[in-house]
Amino acid sequence: MLNKKDIILKGVAASSGIAIGRVFLFEDDNYFCLISKEIPKNARAAEKEHLDDAIERTESELKVVYGKINDVPGENYTHIVDAHLLILHNPAMKANIYKLIDAGANAEYAVYKVMEQIIHSFEIIENDYFKERKADIQDVGKKILANLLGKQRKTPLSLNKDSIVVSHNLTLADTVTIREKSVKGFATDIGGKTSHMAIIAQGLALPAVVGLKTVSSQVRTGDIIIVDGNAGEVVLNPSFKTIVKYKKECAAQAEKIKELENLKNLPAQTIDNHKVLILANIDTPDEAASVLLNGASGIGLCRTEFMYYNRDSMPSEQEHFERYSSVVKAISPLETTIRTTDLGGDKLAKLGLLNEKKEKNPFLGLRAIRLCLKYADMFIAQLRGILKASAYGKIRLMYPMISGLDELREVNEILEKTKQDLRSKCVKFDEEMEVGVMIEVPSATVIIDDIAKEVDFVSIGTNDLIQYTLAVDRINEDVANLYNPLHPAILRFIKQIVDAGHRAGIDVGICGEMAGDARYTAILLGLGVDKFSVSPFQTPKIKRAIRSMYLADAKKTTDEILKCGDSESILKIINKH
Amino acid sequence: MKEKIIVVTDKTGLHARPAAVLVRTICKYQSSVKIFKDDFKVDARSIIGIMTLAALHGSRLKFVADGPDENEVLTAIEELFNSNFNK
Repeated sequence: MLNKKDIILKGVAASSGIAIGRVFLFEDDNYFCLISKEIPKNARAAEKEHLDDAIERTESELKVVYGKINDVPGENYTHIVDAHLLILHNPAMKANIYKLIDAGANAEYAVYKVMEQIIHSFEIIENDYFKERKADIQDVGKKILANLLGKQRKTPLSLNKDSIVVSHNLTLADTVTIREKSVKGFATDIGGKTSHMAIIAQGLALPAVVGLKTVSSQVRTGDIIIVDGNAGEVVLNPSFKTIVKYKKECAAQAEKIKELENLKNLPAQTIDNHKVLILANIDTPDEAASVLLNGASGIGLCRTEFMYYNRDSMPSEQEHFERYSSVVKAISPLETTIRTTDLGGDKLAKLGLLNEKKEKNPFLGLRAIRLCLKYADMFIAQLRGILKASAYGKIRLMYPMISGLDELREVNEILEKTKQDLRSKCVKFDEEMEVGVMIEVPSATVIIDDIAKEVDFVSIGTNDLIQYTLAVDRINEDVANLYNPLHPAILRFIKQIVDAGHRAGIDVGICGEMAGDARYTAILLGLGVDKFSVSPFQTPKIKRAIRSMYLADAKKTTDEILKCGDSESILKIINKH
Repeated sequence: MKEKIIVVTDKTGLHARPAAVLVRTICKYQSSVKIFKDDFKVDARSIIGIMTLAALHGSRLKFVADGPDENEVLTAIEELFNSNFNK
């Protein structure tokens, strides 16, 4: 205990989480011990047969992996194995090995030589992603060699639940085998975020750190090791203090996961059995995973502004399609509400559309749907991308900043024309795709009954609705105190919107910050909101709040509140409950 | 002999998965197919060859097919790229 001093190795965080356990050193056999010997002419045909046998055995091994990998959660990994099968049967590779055998080389040396040449052609590639793919070639090469030499990689029989697998490198097949043994985590010398092991570790939600360079030569089986997949570090020879610190973190992590797990599959339902839906707001497609992890019932607001950031040209229809379909596929069969571009004019100068033009009043200027109507080509590219993605799951389309019916009809006309065009080209899309609007402009609220008749759903964007209704710029600190979600005008507006929606038989959501703030949950519930769309991480909090309430109580409180003409009385009532 | 130029539109380029799908598709046809990129030429039935092309997003690839079904195979290849490899 005395001489324990932390050795911290820094690597690349490949899969998040913390694990404390004992090392299981999975030694890399590398290229075994190869001998080069001359094969006499009359034995060369037999040497080729020997090679063919090894390739055949390798093929059946890969097919076994192919079968096992099908049920790894997350992505579909079978294509990786399929790529390995194709590498194995690559015509030129076998021809080159044969050539060397014809010249007198033994089969294993011929395989080694040819593999080395191929790997060299990967090493000179500049792009890191493609360079890393040499690992696929190595994987296959080693398998053929192992079969030629009759050697098998040690199977990790002595692995147990406490094991943390440390290795120079883990092949795909290794990871699958290990997975059946349920281990705690992984640490490897080489590899990057995109290596197969990293992807599978993420799918299994096991902590993993890769790219540690020397870890496999610094530990022995049985050593205590800490894998911190959040920070991308491992701690060897940890001191008592460090272990305690990480144990605490581990416990907190486990607690959180358990609570999430418990809550995840439960409905957002009040004690008196009134169900609402909690959906998530996301900014970029890679947040889709956290939507599911936090137990949201879909995406209530998929922002699309990310498509336009950090670039100097307009995104193409294909790019739109790719990004949206990736979200939809990840979330399916749950729904994804995609909001069309909500950019301000200032963002577009960079994309080559507008001259740098300073608007005096950008929030009242050319933004969101107004911008889309002015630059129809940009809008149509997005609509086509969304429509095409709708063939892959349930998409609801939502327009931002609609201020009146004429505008809504104009946008719908563009949508209809876009659909017509896709139909004429036999491009598949969801004919039943629901179309709704975000209610965030006061004028739309006043005529909400008329709007509700022409859409399939509405969602209240409270941030802008408050800003426009109260005429307050909340970034301006001199007036920010006037920005008040509990202003009676706002609560009555929400009430009007919900009632009008229900009269028209459509659902009403709310997707501003108010939805994710537990202080307002009871009021919104009492006002009759059907869907709460919040940040993924707020999902459990709001769900928990709803599950502890009675709808009847919330309604009573809300009725009381709606009679108030000032915020102070409203606050008093809230505090009372 | 027929040829077709195709630009890689996938963000991650022509990596292992699409390369596998591409080879599987081409193997259904009889014609020989070569891929040209910059100064390189590879056999389109060789997944290793395709991967060493390191065809990133935006790369221009020239497919040259020769044989009884050269038109069909080029159409099939183009469709694969258009559908983003049946993703």
